[in-house]
Amino acid sequence: MASIDRATVEHVAKLSRLALTEDELALFETQLSNILDYFDKLKALDTTDVPPLSHPLGLRNVFREDAVKPSASREEALSNAPARTDEAYKVPVVVDQS
Amino acid sequence: MNELLSLSAYHLHTKLLAGEVSAAEVTEAMLGRIQATDTELGAYNTVMADAALAKAQNVDARRANGGPLGPLAGVPVAIKDNMCTNGIRTTCSSRILEHFVPPYDATVVERLDRADAIPVGKTNLDEFAMGSTTENSGFRPTKNPWDLSRTPGGSSGGSAAAVAACEATVALGSDTGGSIRQPAGFCGVVGLKPTYGRVSRYGLVAFASSLDQIGTFSRDVRDTAILLGVIAGHDPRDATSADDPVPDYLAELDRGAKGIKIGIPREYFGEGIEPSVEKAVQDAADVYRELGAEILDVSLPHTEYAIATYYIVATAEASSNLARYDGVHYGHRTGDDVDIIDMYSRSRAEGFGAEVKRRIMLGTFALSSGYYDAYYLKALKARALIKQDFDQAW
Repeated sequence: MASIDRATVEHVAKLSRLALTEDELALFETQLSNILDYFDKLKALDTTDVPPLSHPLGLRNVFREDAVKPSASREEALSNAPARTDEAYKVPVVVDQS
Repeated sequence: MNELLSLSAYHLHTKLLAGEVSAAEVTEAMLGRIQATDTELGAYNTVMADAALAKAQNVDARRANGGPLGPLAGVPVAIKDNMCTNGIRTTCSSRILEHFVPPYDATVVERLDRADAIPVGKTNLDEFAMGSTTENSGFRPTKNPWDLSRTPGGSSGGSAAAVAACEATVALGSDTGGSIRQPAGFCGVVGLKPTYGRVSRYGLVAFASSLDQIGTFSRDVRDTAILLGVIAGHDPRDATSADDPVPDYLAELDRGAKGIKIGIPREYFGEGIEPSVEKAVQDAADVYRELGAEILDVSLPHTEYAIATYYIVATAEASSNLARYDGVHYGHRTGDDVDIIDMYSRSRAEGFGAEVKRRIMLGTFALSSGYYDAYYLKALKARALIKQDFDQAW
């Protein structure tokens, strides 16, 4: 059993930057536990000496010339910002001003 | 129904070149069809009437002048709403991106335009492509055009339903864990999930980057060959796109099935399979055998671990990819006056639906300190064994 307790669900919600309601926390506690039980299936698999595969293709590093090319203008980059000044994204104060 | 609506892309294009029909005529018929039927069907999030009519006029003007035309000239195409379209909103069927208007086109959208396709609209999906019924859309469910009480499958359910209902001639979808193949099956159309890397993912909103792949929907295999030929190929803007030449899929079409080997993995016919599905697959194998293909019994012994492995890998990658929705650069931002951490957390909680939250939680858990080795790393090793199965069968 890989069941997950309430404290772990709250911790994961915090890591996920999700302000979940009490109802959601309770629901996810049950649902995540059930899904993790299903994942336990993998424990039966012997993976000793198996190298992990993070990507299906054997990729090589890709290089290109370090040349200046057209890119999004500042106006385009800011065009979807929920809050902005003329030239920057606007966020709540992050530095303690006291 | 106007007979132009059910024609294949190939036939529409041929008629256009012969001067038997104009792109404007086809486009107007298609927009009329969408207007008449889509309130009930729910295949589209956004209809691109202005862009479609402008492109149609452009195509007709060039045809009148005898200019060169692309292989999809005059063909109405629908685009899943997780591919960026310059100046046209791209929502992923999520409240968090409800008003997002990309300042650029995805590579596939650029290639459709260069091929002179007519973009008629953006199709509905399960939010961020997470689901298999299109009921998890943040806006409304799409229905199955063959039976409105059923789902069209998903997550590319809007594209599949649009093509099946002749609300588009062909369409693009994306597939991370079946999201083209399954809705194509549910809607009785041709769906193709190309090999990973065949089609550029630049401008496709990322779900699970090591699995996501763009592919096609059509009502005709020839159309699939034409459409894949247009969107396939290396793209320097996607480092994971394969730098391999694109074959002439159309020329290969008439080669027949002789010399082709088709493996039937015996593990796919295990417990829980619907007898009618099993029979349909065996009947298809018989057809190929009669056409000269060699049908082989193969074994993929790690199949039973595939779903657990997929779920861990896909949710882990999703939790990382979806971290970008922070209420700062684009997307929904909470109206509450709070500090920055609460701003992130509330914006995300308000913008994402239940399934997306569940998967972000699961993926974050699988990557978190203390659980990484037991879940994420274990899944990557299982993934290596699953790949080995295919390498051996090949």
